[in-house]
Amino acid sequence: MVIEDYEVAIVGAGHAGCEAALACARLGLKTIVFTVSVNSIAMMPCNPNIGGSSKGHLVREIDALGGEMGKNIDKTFIQSKMLNSSKGPAVHSLRAQADKEDYSREMRKVLENQDNLTIKQAEVTELIINDGVVGGVKVNTGIEYLTKAVVLCTGVYLKARCLCGEAITYTGPNGLQSANYLSESLKKAGIVLQRFKTGTPARIDKRSIDFSKMEPQYGDRRVVPFSFSTDPESVQKEQVPCFLTYTNEETHNIIKSNLDRSPIYAGVIEGTGPRYCPSIEDKVVKFSDKPRHQVFLEPEGLNTNEWYVDGMSSSLPEDVQVKMYRSVPGLENAHIVRNAYAIEYDCIKAKQLKPSLEFKKINGLFSGGQFNGSSGYEEAAAQGLVAGINAAMYVLNREPMIIDRSEGYIGVLIDDLVTKDSFEPYRMMTSRAEYRLLLRQDNADIRLRHKGFEVGLISKEQIDYLNYKEEMINSEIERLKSIKVGASKKTSEFLISVGSTPLSTGASLEELIRRPELSYEKISQIDPDRPVLNDDIIEQINIEIKYRGYIDREERQVSQFKKLENRLIPDGIDFKSIHGIRIEAQQKLTDFKPVSVGQAARIQGISPADIQVLLIYLKTRAQSMNGNKEEDDE
Amino acid sequence: MRLWPRIFFVNEEIMDTDTIAAIATALSPSGIGIVRISGSEAVDIADKIFRNKNGDRVGVDNFDSHTIHYGFIYDGSDVIDEVLLMIMLGPRSYTAEDTIEINCHGGPFVLKKVLDAVIKNGARLAEPGEFTKRAFMNGRLDLTEAESVMDLIASQNDFARKNSLKTLRGSVYKIIHEMRESILHETAFIEAALDDPEHYSLNEYPEVLKEKVAVLKEKVDALIDNSISGKLMAEGITTAIVGKPNAGKSSILNMLLGEEKAIVTDIAGTTRDAVEASLKIGDIILNVVDTAGIRDTDDVVESIGVDRAKQIANDAELLLYVIDSSVPLDENDDEIIDMIHGRNTIVILNKSDLKPLVDENAIRNMLECPVILTSALDETGVEELQNVIIDMFFDGSISHNDEVYITSQRQVEALRKVSSSLDLVMNSIDLGMSEDLFSIDLMDAYDSLGSIIGEDTNDDLADKIFSDFCMGK
Repeated sequence: MVIEDYEVAIVGAGHAGCEAALACARLGLKTIVFTVSVNSIAMMPCNPNIGGSSKGHLVREIDALGGEMGKNIDKTFIQSKMLNSSKGPAVHSLRAQADKEDYSREMRKVLENQDNLTIKQAEVTELIINDGVVGGVKVNTGIEYLTKAVVLCTGVYLKARCLCGEAITYTGPNGLQSANYLSESLKKAGIVLQRFKTGTPARIDKRSIDFSKMEPQYGDRRVVPFSFSTDPESVQKEQVPCFLTYTNEETHNIIKSNLDRSPIYAGVIEGTGPRYCPSIEDKVVKFSDKPRHQVFLEPEGLNTNEWYVDGMSSSLPEDVQVKMYRSVPGLENAHIVRNAYAIEYDCIKAKQLKPSLEFKKINGLFSGGQFNGSSGYEEAAAQGLVAGINAAMYVLNREPMIIDRSEGYIGVLIDDLVTKDSFEPYRMMTSRAEYRLLLRQDNADIRLRHKGFEVGLISKEQIDYLNYKEEMINSEIERLKSIKVGASKKTSEFLISVGSTPLSTGASLEELIRRPELSYEKISQIDPDRPVLNDDIIEQINIEIKYRGYIDREERQVSQFKKLENRLIPDGIDFKSIHGIRIEAQQKLTDFKPVSVGQAARIQGISPADIQVLLIYLKTRAQSMNGNKEEDDE
Repeated sequence: MRLWPRIFFVNEEIMDTDTIAAIATALSPSGIGIVRISGSEAVDIADKIFRNKNGDRVGVDNFDSHTIHYGFIYDGSDVIDEVLLMIMLGPRSYTAEDTIEINCHGGPFVLKKVLDAVIKNGARLAEPGEFTKRAFMNGRLDLTEAESVMDLIASQNDFARKNSLKTLRGSVYKIIHEMRESILHETAFIEAALDDPEHYSLNEYPEVLKEKVAVLKEKVDALIDNSISGKLMAEGITTAIVGKPNAGKSSILNMLLGEEKAIVTDIAGTTRDAVEASLKIGDIILNVVDTAGIRDTDDVVESIGVDRAKQIANDAELLLYVIDSSVPLDENDDEIIDMIHGRNTIVILNKSDLKPLVDENAIRNMLECPVILTSALDETGVEELQNVIIDMFFDGSISHNDEVYITSQRQVEALRKVSSSLDLVMNSIDLGMSEDLFSIDLMDAYDSLGSIIGEDTNDDLADKIFSDFCMGK
């Protein structure tokens, strides 16, 4: 049977698939999303939280573009914290503990009620491709869905294999059915796959945990929502604590004496695991000088007794796991509900993708999420959103939406994925962003809402507020610059009263705000005529004024960066024919096919001299083509 | 994985947006050479360092294009050289950018100092072939020339890289490599703590970092200081001949000059630092610094006295202390000996044809430096003097720190950047800025160091975070 009712097919309904499906449907396309189990839509198979350092930025950006993740966690969080709040604004990051079941259910509701969107429980087994153009998918029952675009968001399900010591099961996470056929079809289509691994710790029955031996970790008193559309008052609710405990020498001895039974150390696992998310075995072996490691106990939800043991992911056999977890203070009687395990899966080398997340070789085929070699819910959702938007742009015959490295963490994430060879699942970090001071979580709306509006996922009302907000920020900063205060007695007394030093000559209000000990709010007394402004606007005013020097510096760098990004490399250039580029570099360029000189410069093994030569080559090419045109005109 | 400073640096170079400078003529001990500046800031930079004979700024920005002006180049308040400055505004110049050419007369040493002043005031040292490349990119060259430009860039870059590595002694490489590792480790710690604030705390870390950065900065500054000795293989060693009146200083100089038929550059009157003569011994150039007396009679030296000699000695990298061995040492010698103690000195016991009244071994013990007997009269001892200078240079004693050589100006320029980046870190710490801002300048320093030893930044930081710090769930 052949079904032709849909324009876009999304394969997978995890965090990437949900965003991709919603984006396409909201942009008016008839969309179908396939999942091996409707019950596992937006499932969180690992950690029970959303956000965290740099990941919180991603969620903010997803929201600014019109994605769903931020709104969904705002509905379902049970604890929330702004990390690094004592540090600079660039590294503030929101992290919320989720009620996993709630999160999944709420997201499923959104999908189920989305116009133009159909959910289908089925395993996609084959891609339909005609002459380098995607034509749809075939499912395990043999039915073909003919669509104009396909977005692959298969997560960790392709040929998944779970390992718990010697016990190996050929399933996806939580015993869910894996997808065992699609890999072959992808290979047939010329897509290069690789094998990655990741892991998750045990879940423990709350009734068997002695919390009195652990330190409670509370959320923030005042919660900041993820979504720019969430009313901040609506998220001020009762929160639950997490708990901190530590491993000890005994734990480490148990692990060391059983290393030969770890599939990783015994060589059973072939996939490459992430260094930033090491198993407890890895930590004990690689950081043998550390006498203890932190362990966070986190609730999986309000309606379950399962607790997640953050810090102790493992693939050791069950009997070792029991001993290991029980050696930790507070877990002496721990009952393991679900064992820790490692999971291996097929994913692609993402350099096969364009920055739009479309395959270079197959038109209309897009992909996002762990399938692209990333890790984490937020990274997945961000790519899913971009892949979904661009699949829609493709079907609608519009230009793709590209976010570059200077515009968002999403840009950094995708550029790193498609430009660099990766040998482990890619996780976002703030240190990966070169323009970190510009790419703050607080200004994601200012950075990206306009793009979301252009695409069509942001409403008129939302963009109107953003325009008002930007206008108010600018006009208020101008006003603060223009108002001078003298070194009067009254001013001096005020400054001393707020712990600052008196003025010797006059200064503008802006100059006062720049002082570390002062802020917009703190000087209200000597600025009686100020307008009434929302908190988000005041926050931007403070940051803009206090960090202006650094921000200017990065903005200058960005303008340099943009120049190289804007030097596009036309299709069909034979890099091997460019005289003066080293052979190694010629091969790399041929291999990667960078879209711009900027991207070419970021490929490992390309030297500045190669780029110089490339620029000259592009110029001669442009000149000779212009020359030819002129001749043609004559 | 942070790429930011590198991308910035590369972009500036690639996109021709900054102002570049270089010596446009071959470096030779001949008198004349040209320093060329090209780019949007060329005129501003020239304006900062060019003065008239009264020492006043004259406003280079007011000069008409394609005109030539007589004046002086200053480094701060010091005159470096008497020059002719030519201004060619874009697009009517070789590179089609605003271009300044400074015609200098002071020989290679002075030429480098002029270039140094230009760089200090905002230009970047040009890459090989960069003027030509700009000319091409700005449409000044014919298409047929493109290929040769590409070749030039490719081959010169290759050459420059190999060459710059070759000139680095193993020990310098090691020092720089260690500094980089240390900077990367600290940055990785900051980043690990920012990424995983519940595992790593930055409490009280800024003070720790400040101490570490101060130590690093000391090392960098020492390298910059010591670089002089290395770079002088190409540019010359500032050498002062000191001694009491009538000791025979001028005859020693004449002896050296006569032997080597070196070119004497006559730029008298321009500056107290002016080079009296450049002479070549093997591969080494000695720039003998003017002591007014050498040119005239020894009598004049008397009027200038030891104070003058002190100044010169302070600036010089090599001192030739000439003693008339036929006259006993007196309190004037004591003063000179005090002054030169601990510095790179060669003692020349002149007039060895006469009966010695100065004990050679006593001098040797007192100053712990080579002592040579010469006689200007029978022209003996010159060869030995030359050999001692060559030995001193090559065994590294002409250097404050054993065997640490930084040879090229490019490397020195990179070290200066490192030094100022480290200053910025300490400044941020003092101001109580947030730790995430330290990373920016730390990584700038890291990259500048990398450019010296030819190591790129790529995934270094991410790798370091993961290898040095236990991250994650």
